[in-house]
Amino acid sequence: MTTATKTKMTLVQAVNDSLKCAMRADDSVLVLGEDVGPKGGVFLATDGLTAEFGEERCFDTPLSEDGIIGVGIGMAMNGMKPVCEIQFQDFIFPAFDQIVSEAAKMRYRSGGQYTVPMVIRTPYGGGIRGGLYHSQSGEAYFCHTPGLKVVVPSNPYDAKGLLAAAIADPDPVLFLEPKALYRSSKMEVPDEEYIIPLSKVATVIDGDELVVFCYGAMVPVCTKAAERVKESRGASIRVVDLRTLMPLDEEAVLDAIRECGRVVTVHEAPRFCGFGAEISALAAEHAIEYLEAPVKRVTGFDTPFPNTLEHYYMPDTRRVVDAIEEALDF
Amino acid sequence: MIQILDPKGNQVGTPPNVDPKVVIRMYRAMVATRQFDDRAMKLQRTGKVGFSIPNEGIEAVSAGAAAALDASKDWIAPHYRDFAMALFHGVKPQEMMDNMFGNQDDHARGRQMPVHFTFTEPIRWLSISSPLGTQVPNAVGIAMAMQKRGEDGVVLTSFGDGSTSTSGFHSGMNFAGVTQAPVVFLCQNNQYAISCPVEKQTASSSFAIKGEAYGIPGVKVDGNDVLAVYDAVKKAVDRARNGGGPTLIEALTFRMGGHSTSDDPRRYIEASVMDEWAAKDPIARFRVYLEREGILHPGDADDIQEEFAAVMKEASEVAEGKARPALETIFSDTFKDMPEHLKAQRDWCISHYSSRDESVNEKGEFPL
Repeated sequence: MTTATKTKMTLVQAVNDSLKCAMRADDSVLVLGEDVGPKGGVFLATDGLTAEFGEERCFDTPLSEDGIIGVGIGMAMNGMKPVCEIQFQDFIFPAFDQIVSEAAKMRYRSGGQYTVPMVIRTPYGGGIRGGLYHSQSGEAYFCHTPGLKVVVPSNPYDAKGLLAAAIADPDPVLFLEPKALYRSSKMEVPDEEYIIPLSKVATVIDGDELVVFCYGAMVPVCTKAAERVKESRGASIRVVDLRTLMPLDEEAVLDAIRECGRVVTVHEAPRFCGFGAEISALAAEHAIEYLEAPVKRVTGFDTPFPNTLEHYYMPDTRRVVDAIEEALDF
Repeated sequence: MIQILDPKGNQVGTPPNVDPKVVIRMYRAMVATRQFDDRAMKLQRTGKVGFSIPNEGIEAVSAGAAAALDASKDWIAPHYRDFAMALFHGVKPQEMMDNMFGNQDDHARGRQMPVHFTFTEPIRWLSISSPLGTQVPNAVGIAMAMQKRGEDGVVLTSFGDGSTSTSGFHSGMNFAGVTQAPVVFLCQNNQYAISCPVEKQTASSSFAIKGEAYGIPGVKVDGNDVLAVYDAVKKAVDRARNGGGPTLIEALTFRMGGHSTSDDPRRYIEASVMDEWAAKDPIARFRVYLEREGILHPGDADDIQEEFAAVMKEASEVAEGKARPALETIFSDTFKDMPEHLKAQRDWCISHYSSRDESVNEKGEFPL
């Protein structure tokens, strides 16, 4: 057995590394989007791809989100594995019809005759002073779309392995990258290609008195909150990173709820019909007899995303700590 | 506007050099389409199917364009009003009727409304979507994949006059102009988007001229003249196949029926306009030419019409007699591998309905 080498890298570098591994392994993997070519993407997620693989395989497109996704679908139907970049998730809505009506439904409506093995990568979330249109978390729209998978990594190791799984997946995958974490920390990441299976949660911190469900940029926030509560009152808080929102690992979620009995869900996205509502409903439908407190949701507000006051909009450690304590003290 | 046969069937241009066997196939596809229409209308009016899309009047656009393709390597990303493209390439009327009824043999497994066909054989025919113009960028992507692999296939995408107002048309044309992908854009200008006339879609002097903004040549043909359509599309296909890039073709025609079986065009089209276009009928015109050329013999045309009337009637009866898809098909094909939550919903669904005595057996099937 060879010793696997590792490199310390940021989340965005891990995305880049995953793309390179996939493109080296499979000629049908293509990268397309606005500014993904020689510039390497506005966040440098595609840095060096055009240089290594040529413009045939990593190319700039016209500024047209529905065009990027629309042609990506066609390429995917015809033997390619396109990885489309939408520069900010906030700009994805012109392509909503192509994603929801075409990519997500192609296998179903053609009885399996045509399929769309495509990945849509896009940075999402706040905390970078991006205001209304560079900060949103739109996962709920897409989780409500049968036929589409929705994946959100929270650290460099997961980003590389989950993106590899998304590229290998036979169905369309929306890969939401927490841009607030793009360069926030570094982590040892294996140089080899590896896959982290979709639809598997990760337990970030184990515990048995309360479980916090989170994903993406809220994972470090929740981790810090759990540690703080442990320090302040010795409570044993479990933090579960959902990683894949659709299809959700419901069994693991329910096991955690049953084992812990108290639940807090955390996301940046607005509360109403947000992903926390789904977790809360799962708990109510399938595990209410285990609940020792009402499910608490810590979320963004049901407003557009503000700029100057963004840190009052987004859940932070203190808000998560408060929710945990309320649930513990119920 | 390119024209080879005038409305009376007189030759006014040079006919394309095409095998008479192919010419006959075009005619047969047009007649088959009209007979399919006739049967579909009867089925809808008698409540046996819920919906159809009439093709009457536009058959030459679809048949002429389809004939320019090589089924072994080309793709069709069609408009929904393009039945003759499928019939020309040998899709079986039975497959189409199975879709009309959404029965267990329907390729779409009963999931779509009627006429939302999907085929992989004998030609790759992109599954039809109801939102308009979406197939245009998809077609360009299919063509870009061919281009990247160095293949010489071509994608024909068709759409109506109304679809030229969609973002899909704009995005697809723009991408194709930039990438020079091997695509032929065929605008079936049948002059109405349901009830809205072309003046409400565009202030352009034609649809063909829109190509100019994308660096794509535009050509306008008489869409009721199947030879002219074939000629224009064949030239565009050959050019695309040889790396010459995309072409936009506007085929001027007229929808002689409603938008769908739920629409009554008499509410918004003057009878005199209908009469004027009836005199330009694409099948009648082609028949005059074929009989004059000796490609059809006296009596042949009537025989072909009777043949397809019988074929469509039988196909509809067979389709009507088939069982509905099993309940399983509500859930399958959402993803390649069924996730746990869908398995749970499927199991519940089958158990629930099989216990309600609604002709559902314990496997979730609908035995006849």
